[in-house]
Amino acid sequence: MRHGRWRFLAGALIPALVLHVVFVLSPYAQAFYLSLTDWTGVAGQAHFVGVDNYARLAEDSLFLDAVRNNALLLVAVPLVTIAIGLFLASMLHLGGRGGRRGIAGSGAYQIVYFFPQLLSLVVVAVLWSFVYNPNNGLLNGALRAIGLHGPSWLASPSLALPAVMAVLIWSSVGFYVVLFSAAIDGIPRELFEAALIDGAGGWTTFRKVTLPLVRDTVQVAFVYLGIAALDAFAVVQVMTVGPGGPDGATEVVGLSLYRNAFQYGKFGYASAMGVALFFATLTLAVLALRGGRKTAAGLA
Amino acid sequence: MTLSLSLSRSRRVPSPPRSFRSFPVHLAMLAWAVVTALPLLWAVVSSFKTDNEILNDPWSLPSTPQAGNWARAWNEASIGRYFLNSLIVVGGALLLTMFLGALVAYALARYEFRGNRLIYYTFVAAMFFPVFLALVPLFFVVQQLGLLGTYQGLILVYAAYAVPFTVFFLHAFFRSLPGEVAEAAFMDGCSHGAVFFRVMLPMARPGLVAVAIFNFLGLWNQYLLPLVLNPDPDRYVLAQGLAALSVSQGYRSDWSGLFAGLTIAMLPVLIAYVAFQRHIRSGMTAGAVK
Repeated sequence: MRHGRWRFLAGALIPALVLHVVFVLSPYAQAFYLSLTDWTGVAGQAHFVGVDNYARLAEDSLFLDAVRNNALLLVAVPLVTIAIGLFLASMLHLGGRGGRRGIAGSGAYQIVYFFPQLLSLVVVAVLWSFVYNPNNGLLNGALRAIGLHGPSWLASPSLALPAVMAVLIWSSVGFYVVLFSAAIDGIPRELFEAALIDGAGGWTTFRKVTLPLVRDTVQVAFVYLGIAALDAFAVVQVMTVGPGGPDGATEVVGLSLYRNAFQYGKFGYASAMGVALFFATLTLAVLALRGGRKTAAGLA
Repeated sequence: MTLSLSLSRSRRVPSPPRSFRSFPVHLAMLAWAVVTALPLLWAVVSSFKTDNEILNDPWSLPSTPQAGNWARAWNEASIGRYFLNSLIVVGGALLLTMFLGALVAYALARYEFRGNRLIYYTFVAAMFFPVFLALVPLFFVVQQLGLLGTYQGLILVYAAYAVPFTVFFLHAFFRSLPGEVAEAAFMDGCSHGAVFFRVMLPMARPGLVAVAIFNFLGLWNQYLLPLVLNPDPDRYVLAQGLAALSVSQGYRSDWSGLFAGLTIAMLPVLIAYVAFQRHIRSGMTAGAVK
């Protein structure tokens, strides 16, 4: 029996651990070392250069554009997505009788809202590159119908990044509607009824009942959306001119990393970008989770 | 913005008749449904139009449906091949992920031994690292193993990156299962492996289905990993092939073929979703909150 136990455990754990170490852990660990070298992909030709790569990052204007754009995405995409998501999710519930039952057809709405979540971001990006097409796109076709002349969205330096943001928001809202809706479902019915009896209107109920009780879910949503905003690679790479253009207007860190590594062969330099991205992600997660706990404690 | 406006309005009027109050609500819900569905519907309709119709009026309907667009996309533009590649890679990776993930999660959830926690956190920690960080070394690891541009290479890498979440999710699930049935099976002389495969795995079915759906969508939609690890155009997966196509067809301005390719890429997933929508939505959201 004892013998069988260890044999089973070894058989269950070792294959997955080998896979994990070879393809996940060792690449992560190597990336930190590579970021301190000038490696260009030739075996045995990596020289230790200390923090040179990081110093160069601070002077790389395209990389700084990328950081700025990721920062803008990081602010806009989670805020707008969560606002729309919370709005639609609470409408699904508040719209009904007693502020709780859910409006007619809420099931059908949830089915439709969820569609973009199922599509690859590449599919989404190809689709929206058609929608944004200045001549035969859906958007400018609609504007033309009401007598307006639509701009060429992705070629304009001031409109390209908002256009990317809109696509990211469009593709993620549905998921968060469903997520928030499930969280609101978990709130005891009595709380809504009590609020209603006390004469609380829709907005008060939302602020005093719904929001505090779905706070954890919103916090998780911030982390997920923040991570997605720090990525944005697929949409930018497939949809924008350049990609990353016009003139760095939609450059993101992932794209810079990809280009430096797999087009220029600057593997050490690209790894430094990867490490920077890692620390950005880590900071985001820690701040979002700690900040959330602090406010929650303040309320209690 | 919209949120505070429409809600504060309903607050000032204490209890309006229901139909009156729910009209703006319905309007808002409907508006987002249109914003979501319209581009998708437009792509499907456009895939039946001629190039001229597409160029002249993006809002028109096809005068005669052009099924030839689909055939052209499937055969000449290789969407059919990419589809098959995706099926092979995602199918293989999903089986491997579920098998390994369930084994690890079960072993860590139901057995006490030294290093249990360490192994668990080793897997779970990987979920918090961006894949971009691993990208450069991963390329060389796969290259040195001679797996660049092979189905096996992609399957192994996909599985390696999907196992951590699978372990994380199923670990909690196996913990929540009652132990009596397994104990009875041990009493009856079942081996550890038999208890896992014959008793615990069937009991964990709801959890397995949820995480399998989540993994399937994640793997099916994977783009960054194949872009870097799968350079051979004959082995392109669907997302990769479609991205390449949107560049090359754009030059040849075969718009109708590209719309057809896009529709082929998105329709199967959407149809499968409508069929199993409750499962899929609950599976995917459960994954996020855990």
